[in-house]
Amino acid sequence: MRKSSRRLIVIAVAGVLLSLAAGLTLYGLQDSVAYFYKPSEVAAKARVGERVRVGGLVEAGSVARDDGALTFRVTNGEGVVAVRYNGDPPSLFGENEGVVVEGVWRGGEVFAAERVLAKHDENYMPREVVEALKESGEWKGPQ
Amino acid sequence: MTAELGGFLLALALVMAFAQGALGLIAGWRRNEGLGAAAAGVAQSNAIILLAAFAILVSLFLRTDYSVAVVAANSHVAKPLLYKIAGTWGNHEGSMLLWCLVSATFAALLASFPGGMGRTLWNRAVGVQGVVTGVAIAYTLVLSSPFARLDPAPLTGKDLNPLLQDPALAIHPPMLYLGYVGLSVPFSLAIAALMEGKVDSAWARALRPWTLIAWVTLTLGITLGSYWAYYELGWGGWWFWDPVENASFMPWLAAAALLHSAIVTERRGSLAAWTILLAIIGFGLALLGTFLVRSGVLTSVHAFAVDPQRGYAILAMLAFFVGGGFMLYAWRAPRLSEPSGFLLVSRESALVVNNVGLAVAMGTVLIGTLYPLLLEAMTDRLISVGPPFFNVTFGPLMALLFLALPIAPFLAWRRGDLKEAWRWLQWAAYAAAGVAVVTLALLRGPIWSALGLAVGVWVLFGALLYAWKRAGSFVRIAALPLAFWAMTAAHVGAGVFTIGAAAETAFRKEEAAQMLPGASVSFAGRRITLTDITTVEGPNYTAQRAIFRVEERIVTAERRSYTVSAMPTTEVGILGDLTGDLYIALGAPTEGTIGPAAWTVRLYFNPLVQWIFAGAGLMALGGALGLVVLARRSLKRTVPAAAATAT
Repeated sequence: MRKSSRRLIVIAVAGVLLSLAAGLTLYGLQDSVAYFYKPSEVAAKARVGERVRVGGLVEAGSVARDDGALTFRVTNGEGVVAVRYNGDPPSLFGENEGVVVEGVWRGGEVFAAERVLAKHDENYMPREVVEALKESGEWKGPQ
Repeated sequence: MTAELGGFLLALALVMAFAQGALGLIAGWRRNEGLGAAAAGVAQSNAIILLAAFAILVSLFLRTDYSVAVVAANSHVAKPLLYKIAGTWGNHEGSMLLWCLVSATFAALLASFPGGMGRTLWNRAVGVQGVVTGVAIAYTLVLSSPFARLDPAPLTGKDLNPLLQDPALAIHPPMLYLGYVGLSVPFSLAIAALMEGKVDSAWARALRPWTLIAWVTLTLGITLGSYWAYYELGWGGWWFWDPVENASFMPWLAAAALLHSAIVTERRGSLAAWTILLAIIGFGLALLGTFLVRSGVLTSVHAFAVDPQRGYAILAMLAFFVGGGFMLYAWRAPRLSEPSGFLLVSRESALVVNNVGLAVAMGTVLIGTLYPLLLEAMTDRLISVGPPFFNVTFGPLMALLFLALPIAPFLAWRRGDLKEAWRWLQWAAYAAAGVAVVTLALLRGPIWSALGLAVGVWVLFGALLYAWKRAGSFVRIAALPLAFWAMTAAHVGAGVFTIGAAAETAFRKEEAAQMLPGASVSFAGRRITLTDITTVEGPNYTAQRAIFRVEERIVTAERRSYTVSAMPTTEVGILGDLTGDLYIALGAPTEGTIGPAAWTVRLYFNPLVQWIFAGAGLMALGGALGLVVLARRSLKRTVPAAAATAT
């Protein structure tokens, strides 16, 4: 086979795979990306049906078990979001600890979280939470 | 004084590494054999110097010398011996020293085993490897020296993160580093080849064993990390598409592509420029991985220190090596010859499909990993790209690639016969279709699970059918060459992995129960009884240990609280075989008026999950066998040559 037609094959294969990949990537980025919001802004800014992450501190005294589901409030000092989660939280979940909750925003009073992420170690706090807290002046750790 | 000696050795190693770089590059340029031999000698001694520096750091950790900053920040007297040693690389500074040590060791190996390379190519490769080592040492020495002192020395140290206190810490990071840094050798060889302006089959032959070392160790490192996350995090999952996981997975994909393209370049002389490009990209991704993991742009258990300066320095390193590599490539690659043609249906074409597929799949992982960082930098919006993105992009692309995989071995070089291949492979196709029908009709799985399982079966049976074709009969299977077994083990491993991954993702079961001792639940067709909960004292933790009876067998799960950091971790109980794992994690107790009212127990059933790890293990085994084959070949080649010079 001549060099030019061999190159043509490579370009064809690469072209098909690349366009498929590009299509899948756009589709994936549209549907499965979660936007991060602070507890004080999520109600105003998030669209209904959008996948969101909300990060802040678990409000003291807000954690309760209700019929197998876990309920708590996430705060950044300026706003509060009530969360309901059907499952068991990670072992480092606790009051006054940093937390990120993820799920689809439906409006309404209570946010149904599909995932609850807590920190990995004693010093660690999700970066988004640190920034959310710094902006609202609730941050007490190192700058 | 020991820490100062360590710092001195590191500074000495820096000078030596750049001397090796200069000597090697000049030797290649001036065709000076004496300078080339000197570069090799410097490379060998530098590995010993860095080994000594590393040994000093280990001894500081063993003695828990709190006057050394990195020890004080990561080591507590109460820590068990194994973690005192492994703690040496369980932090940023120590792990960078390990990076340097591995790079210098590879330089020494490259200097000791030139294989069948041309002399100037070898000199230049040793030189480039010296520069790679030197830049890494400079970074370590200036921005993250493990030998920095603390004054005054604290009386007690912080503990190592309890999640890291696991035997896997002893092996997982060194394995990954062997893989990451191992990719610097193909990079050095690629840069050396561009300087020579010539790529031939001897070059590709020299490239293959180094690529294979990097790929095998990356495979082992990633698999170990995945298995570690599986049993340590207590979420029942084994892969989360976390940016840190992606950071190790992208170089793995590049190395896998490079393995295959180097075969084409060696055997047929084709794809030379592409092979060079892949070698540069592979090392670039390894550096990108180091940047993502260690710069603090991502927060995870892997990101030890958030120090923007370090991030910029690693980024500058990345720009220097990859940018320099690409520039040299743009200048020199058009001169590389592209001989010998092949037909559309040929093994070359099949391997091109492999390479394009792996590269595109790698691209989607790269986009998914970097997109949040870019978006935040440009628009200030914070987003996260989660598993669903990777499932819809990476999954279908890999499935397409795996459709082509079993066909490749059946096709001859230059001109293949698809009809002949189909005569054999039809049986694999029937088996795959059968599995898909069973998955949909009997197990009521989603369509993608049926496709995933079918693709896995197709790859597995395809590889076995090729073995059958090659042998012709059962008796002769044992007589097949080792090179054949290397490929078959790796491809069977890919099939086994795919079957496990599809089955586990589609059919895993999960349930949370509130239990007190004496209570039972039925889950996944098993009756599980919580017989007792006791308190156990570990070396540096206290644990609540729950004892479960599952039919006739006993399994325990713990919830540990580490004394120094007061941080709880879960130690899951796993009761498993090839059909699946029953996975039990003990959660927090809900407080009653007197003592705990109930314990939260999370139960998972992960079908075929061991196939995932076994499949990855088979791939690594295949790679290791391939390494034996290549080592034998290169010995056969060098021995007669040495004999010829002797006479």
